[in-house]
Amino acid sequence: MKHLLSAANLSRDDALQILDTAAQMHDVQRREVKKLPVLRGRTIVNLFFEDSTRTRSSFEIAGKWLSADVINVSAKGSSVSKGESLRDTAMTVAAMGVDGLVIRHHASGAPLQVTQWVDAMVVNAGDGTHEHPTQALLDAYTMQQRLGDLAGKRVAIVGDLTHSRVVRSNLILLRTLGADVTLVAPPTLMPSGIANWSAAEGFSYGYDFDEVLPDLDAVMMLRVQKERMSGGYFPTPREYTVGYGLTRDRLRALPDHAVICHPGPMNRGLEITADAADEARSLILDQVSAGVAVRMSVLYHLLGGAEA
Amino acid sequence: MQRPDFSDAGSADPASAQAAPGRTVLSAGDISRALRRIAHEIVEHNKGADDLVLLGIPTRGEALAQRLVRLLAEIEEAQVPVGSLDVTMYRDDLRSQPTRAVGTTSIPDTGIDDKVVVLVDDVLFSGRTVRAALDALGDLGRPRAVRLAVLVDRGHRELPIRADHVGKNLPTARSERVRVRLDENDGVDEVRIVGGES
Repeated sequence: MKHLLSAANLSRDDALQILDTAAQMHDVQRREVKKLPVLRGRTIVNLFFEDSTRTRSSFEIAGKWLSADVINVSAKGSSVSKGESLRDTAMTVAAMGVDGLVIRHHASGAPLQVTQWVDAMVVNAGDGTHEHPTQALLDAYTMQQRLGDLAGKRVAIVGDLTHSRVVRSNLILLRTLGADVTLVAPPTLMPSGIANWSAAEGFSYGYDFDEVLPDLDAVMMLRVQKERMSGGYFPTPREYTVGYGLTRDRLRALPDHAVICHPGPMNRGLEITADAADEARSLILDQVSAGVAVRMSVLYHLLGGAEA
Repeated sequence: MQRPDFSDAGSADPASAQAAPGRTVLSAGDISRALRRIAHEIVEHNKGADDLVLLGIPTRGEALAQRLVRLLAEIEEAQVPVGSLDVTMYRDDLRSQPTRAVGTTSIPDTGIDDKVVVLVDDVLFSGRTVRAALDALGDLGRPRAVRLAVLVDRGHRELPIRADHVGKNLPTARSERVRVRLDENDGVDEVRIVGGES
């Protein structure tokens, strides 16, 4: 595996190995000296065409803790804002002898496109509404830490499926790991071609959150992406919460052992109540802390050895 | 992605494990006597079991460290803390091989600061694994002293490193492989020499 562009790049063995390594990396995070010499002498550029403090800083910390030299390039204030194309930006950066590019772009498929132009290893850190594979890995890692082997576990992904890039990666990876996945959304936020999603066969989807709730081992609430919505996808926020929010009543209907995830940032009071977000069953902060460990693991597997 | 074995000795080779080729150089009895002697040497050198921490290098070093700790408990009636130290990410040949699977590192709660750490491995060969282990220890704390115990020293050092406690010195040709098999990992206790001219 040279690049990580999609969760579909990962076989079950690959995914499990990345998650195993992440657990070891997580231990490093608890050490006094958080540094491994693995990527000494390698250079990674975080090429972020979209703002993202969380993902960018966790990639940056991950690279630095592995002793790589990490440089952040954001579109704002760079040549991109002067009109330079993605191709020229990527090739300019790669011409400086960079070993790895971590790319966040608003266009689906941009990281894949970049792999055709440069030799460096490319990690997709979120492309449009397409995929976000490291987020899926860290979600799976966090769930696995609490629930054990995910094979046969029932997971629901609930909310704004249309505008989410997390959902596709999560669905593919969770299916690879053997979990049963149900997607739940209001009809207006259900992706129009969902019946044809072939990348992860064997999932189900529906419109009734309460129906699936009592059987779940994990529920992942997605953020309502107001900034990506041009029209009215639901009449009022209140109505959305009643139908699809993780409210106090739904919390009671959720089995005691079930865990709550949210890729953040949260709209408290809209898709998730403060009660649910701060519960002991909520893994939202664990997800953030797992983000660094999982990204260390990914960078180690892509850049740590000789090129295959 | 591959999951290669990265023991210094090239000790695990599942394909040839069933056939058990080569000749046996240490039997189960030899191994247990060697470990007992090493345990005594450790206690003698340390003047007791105070401040000792044993760290096994995965995978077979871990099992050996566990056995030594049991022997130390018999000899000194002391519970010596034991852990494991994975050195994969400190190796200097990472860039020349496919990515390796990472093993476990678990350090006893007592930590290693100001302790006498005894590294335990199955085979001492080039010395590069031990060098990596010393680097890894440096990131974990500052032991008062670090000592090295190995079941087999087969020579061919590439670095100025030697063991303090050796179960058996085993002169080998470079082309030969030393294969250590332990009950905990392989269901049998033995050391064999495989390959070479013979």
